[in-house]
Amino acid sequence: MNAQTLYDKLWNSHLVRTEADGTSLIYIDRHLVHEVTSPQAFEGMRMANRKPWRVGSILAVPDHNVPTKNLAAGITDPISRLQVETLDANCAELGITEFKMGDIRQGVVHVMGPEQGATLPGMTVVCGDSHTSTHGAFGALAHGIGTSEVEHVMATQCLVAKKSKTMLVKVDGKLGHGVTSKDIALEVIGMIGTAGGTGYAIEFGGDTIRGLSMEGRMTLCNMAIEAGARAGMVAADEVTFEYIKGRPFAPQASQWDAAVTYWRTLHSDDGAKFDTTITLDAAKIKPQVTWGTSPEMVLPVDGIVPDPANITDAVKRSDTERALQYMGLKANTPITEIKIDKVFIGSCTNGRIEDMRAAAAVAKGGKVAASVMLAMVVPGSGLVKAQAEKEGLDKIFIAAGFEWRDPGCSMCLAMNDDRLSSGERCASTSNRNFEGRQGQGGRTHLVSPAMAAAAAIAGHFVDVSKQ
Amino acid sequence: MQKFEKFSGLVAPLDRANVDTDAIIPKQFLKSIKRSGFGPYAFDEWRYLDHGEPGMDCSKRPLNKDFVLNQARYQGAQVLLARENFGCGSSREHAPWALDDYGFRVVIAPSFADIFFNNCFKNGMLPIKLAADKVDELFKAVEAKSGFALAVDLVQQTLTTPDGVVYKFEVDEFRKHCLLNGLDDIGLTLQHKADISTFETKHRASQPWLFS
Repeated sequence: MNAQTLYDKLWNSHLVRTEADGTSLIYIDRHLVHEVTSPQAFEGMRMANRKPWRVGSILAVPDHNVPTKNLAAGITDPISRLQVETLDANCAELGITEFKMGDIRQGVVHVMGPEQGATLPGMTVVCGDSHTSTHGAFGALAHGIGTSEVEHVMATQCLVAKKSKTMLVKVDGKLGHGVTSKDIALEVIGMIGTAGGTGYAIEFGGDTIRGLSMEGRMTLCNMAIEAGARAGMVAADEVTFEYIKGRPFAPQASQWDAAVTYWRTLHSDDGAKFDTTITLDAAKIKPQVTWGTSPEMVLPVDGIVPDPANITDAVKRSDTERALQYMGLKANTPITEIKIDKVFIGSCTNGRIEDMRAAAAVAKGGKVAASVMLAMVVPGSGLVKAQAEKEGLDKIFIAAGFEWRDPGCSMCLAMNDDRLSSGERCASTSNRNFEGRQGQGGRTHLVSPAMAAAAAIAGHFVDVSKQ
Repeated sequence: MQKFEKFSGLVAPLDRANVDTDAIIPKQFLKSIKRSGFGPYAFDEWRYLDHGEPGMDCSKRPLNKDFVLNQARYQGAQVLLARENFGCGSSREHAPWALDDYGFRVVIAPSFADIFFNNCFKNGMLPIKLAADKVDELFKAVEAKSGFALAVDLVQQTLTTPDGVVYKFEVDEFRKHCLLNGLDDIGLTLQHKADISTFETKHRASQPWLFS
């Protein structure tokens, strides 16, 4: 048999049927659901008098609208509240497992799934959320889907898809001090652009990736969508199995060995062909900071903001001009001279325990700069929050002047009350720096948790690799 | 789903690359549990000078005169012309819902983000990929002539300008079939119910831990 990529293996093992033009039905093992992209799907099912094909494959959690303080008071915005209540009602009606607000297991859907062991190697995972690519970190094929597809998967347990092209992003070498998987992700996006991965499934490989924790791998796969790739993935290995073992949805003891035996096959074979391969030297990657309004507008922390006058391509030049204007930045400004107003540490990209630890290590003993109006830390789930508190990280943050909040998507997309005001500048560990993403007129700079914490203390960006 | 029929529509030019779905429909409008009513809030932050919230009467809001869709010559546009990587970012299907509700049936760009591209077809909309130089020609043509309309023919896979210039475009056979006939994906997939069940039985036997 020909050498196969991990993607080939995952695709082939879920292929129900293929039409002459390549349009295929792919069987879905795990369907994660949140409150924002599901109500219209449930309504559609109801109107067509359809029932979910396999209720046990679905796991639901509210996250986008959830407040991150005064949780006990509930959601004050009646429209937000109705959306969460609608999820509760739909799950109750159909018998879908849901971790409601107030449940310690509640959190950002892409933090909660892996944490529960609900994401396993060899699975197909979907969710009505583009950052579903996160789950590929387990050697799974994970796609973000739209609401019509949410309804389709609920009703048929399948997704209509065509096979993607494959890209290998191979990273070898040792990451420098203070450089994280977030920086690898931003470096890759800077190289290939936000459309560089469109039409591809990206596999991240190489010894640097093998050396990453599951949290690090999730951050990387999470950002695959920001490079345009609907799926990102990392081969399953001992790190993966160790992470999964003993989690609530993990295989039972009697099935564990059989599962691991199968999971060990979930890697690209030697000699497997990728449509595109990109190689990076980990040692050369510096901490990254985005300066513009697209994740590809990114520079190493020792860089300077680009000058449109030096850009020959007319569309690129006008995009750069517009981005600088929106961001309130002057050409040729050193990144380290950019002062910030707010800091957000959290999200499905960087809201896991390792991220909390990395930020706390930098914050320890420091004080948030007087010029920084708000520095908030939002753990990705109730369980992350509890673990961080067990380790005393909350005390470190609070002593340094950070706010320690309850779990949710929070200011990554600002659907709840956590948002930037117009003109405010934020160092954020989230995934998108689009115009208005964190609040209308808000200015987002994407960074790693350590970089965000360091910026909070200094009041401007600093190079954590030099600290 | 409505059938996609031949039509001729006014073209509006949105001369930006990487138009993301947050820009197409900002997050505050995602709180709705309905599929309809997003049109007045399409491109909300670019289109209005004030901050939009769900339920606002948009007819009374101050318009951003500099935003292209607010120009008199583009009122009633049904075809949106844009640059690379249109629809990137969030998977929110509210983006095609908003464009559809606004009145757009077709979006033309050199490239689209995968999820948005897919979502369009599920809502009877046609995203068309044309080479960047062809898109550039169209931007110039739209700019040059007020009332510039394109005749969109999905059967023939052509766009025809008022001067008779014809652009051919590609589209998946299956998606074309669904659009032309207004077919609902779920109904089509359920015709293969037996195949799905057979697969599931086999899958359960080989990886029982996925079903516990």
